[in-house]
Amino acid sequence: MNKLQSISGDWMEGIQMDLISKEKLSRLTTVEKVRMILDGVEKGKIIVLESGLSPSEESRLIEATMAKISPGEFAGIEIESYPGDMRQSWVDKLLKKPTIRPRLTVIGPADQLKTLKRDSDVISALVSAR
Amino acid sequence: MGIIKKIKRNFALTFKRIFKRGKIRRIGIYGPPNAGKTTLANRIVRDFTGDAIGSVSDIPHETRRAHRREGVTITSNGSAITLDIVDTPGLATKIDFQDFMAKGLSEDESRRRAKEATEGVIEAVRWLDDLEGIILVMDATEDPFTQVNVTVIGNMEARKLPLLIAANKIDLEESAPSHIKSAFPQHPMVPISALTGDNIDLLYEQIAEHFG
Repeated sequence: MNKLQSISGDWMEGIQMDLISKEKLSRLTTVEKVRMILDGVEKGKIIVLESGLSPSEESRLIEATMAKISPGEFAGIEIESYPGDMRQSWVDKLLKKPTIRPRLTVIGPADQLKTLKRDSDVISALVSAR
Repeated sequence: MGIIKKIKRNFALTFKRIFKRGKIRRIGIYGPPNAGKTTLANRIVRDFTGDAIGSVSDIPHETRRAHRREGVTITSNGSAITLDIVDTPGLATKIDFQDFMAKGLSEDESRRRAKEATEGVIEAVRWLDDLEGIILVMDATEDPFTQVNVTVIGNMEARKLPLLIAANKIDLEESAPSHIKSAFPQHPMVPISALTGDNIDLLYEQIAEHFG
C-alpha cells in the first residue's frame, strides 16, 4: 500500500488507480500503451482504460508481461475486459474492416486484483493491498 | 488507402482463398492452462496417425513449448481434410511459481517451470500470426469469460480466421457447456471430452466443415 498526497494536499494510504481516457489512448502507439500499463502495474497501480486494447495489443501486452515475470517479485497481471463490441456498419462490411471495438478494461497486479464475477456487461473485482 | 483500392484488394484476397483450398491448413490448439489442449491434440493425432503429440499432467503448464504435427488427415462422413496441428502452451496473464509448489513440486523445480512457462506463453502468442484457424479448448467446468479466451477470440475475429470452440471435460458432472455457448454465441461450439472421447466424431465433422 502506498502513501500518496492528493491534489487537496492530504496524505492518504491506499491503492492508486489511473483512469486513462479514450483520447489519451488514441494518441499512444501499442508499445507506449504496453509500457504505460506495465510500468503502472509494477508499481502496484490499478489501470483503467476507457476504451481498452485491440486484440493484437492484448497479445503484445501478454507477451511483454511474460517477459517481465520474475519468480517471487512479479507474478504477472490480472486483466479484465468485456468481449469486444461486434457492431459493424455497412461501410465496415464493404471494406471488410476489423469490427472489434475494444471496451473498458481494468488491469492490475495479479497478486492484488482478483475477479469476483464477469459477464458480457459487468465486471466485479476485488482489489487488495499487498 | 482509398475505398476502390480496398475493394480491389478484398476481391484479390477472396480469389486467393478460393485457389488456396487444396493447401494444407495450419491449425492451432489454444486455451488456458489445464483446459485439455494436449489431451485433445493427442486424441486427434492418435485417432488418425496412431501416435501422440505430448505428455499430459494435472500440474498446469505441462506443455511449455509448441509442438507441430504435420499432415494429419482427418476423415469424417466421407470427406477428408489434411491439417498441420500445432499444440500450444496454455495462455495466461500470470504465472506464480508458488502455484507449482502447492502442487507438490520443489522450489527449484517450480521456479524453473515458471520460467519455462513464461517462455511458452510468449511462443503461443507468436504462433497466432502463423495459423489459419484455431480450435479453442475451454474447460466446461470453469467460467468461460477469461481474458485468455476473450483475447484469442478477438484475434481470430479481427483477422477473420475460422475458430471452433471445444467445450472440454463434459465427462465431469459439474460441466456446463451451455455457459460457453451463451458467452460466445457467434462461434460454433462442440461439447466434448478429450479424455473419454465423448462427441469426438462430432468435433471431427465440425473440423472438416470449418477448416476445409
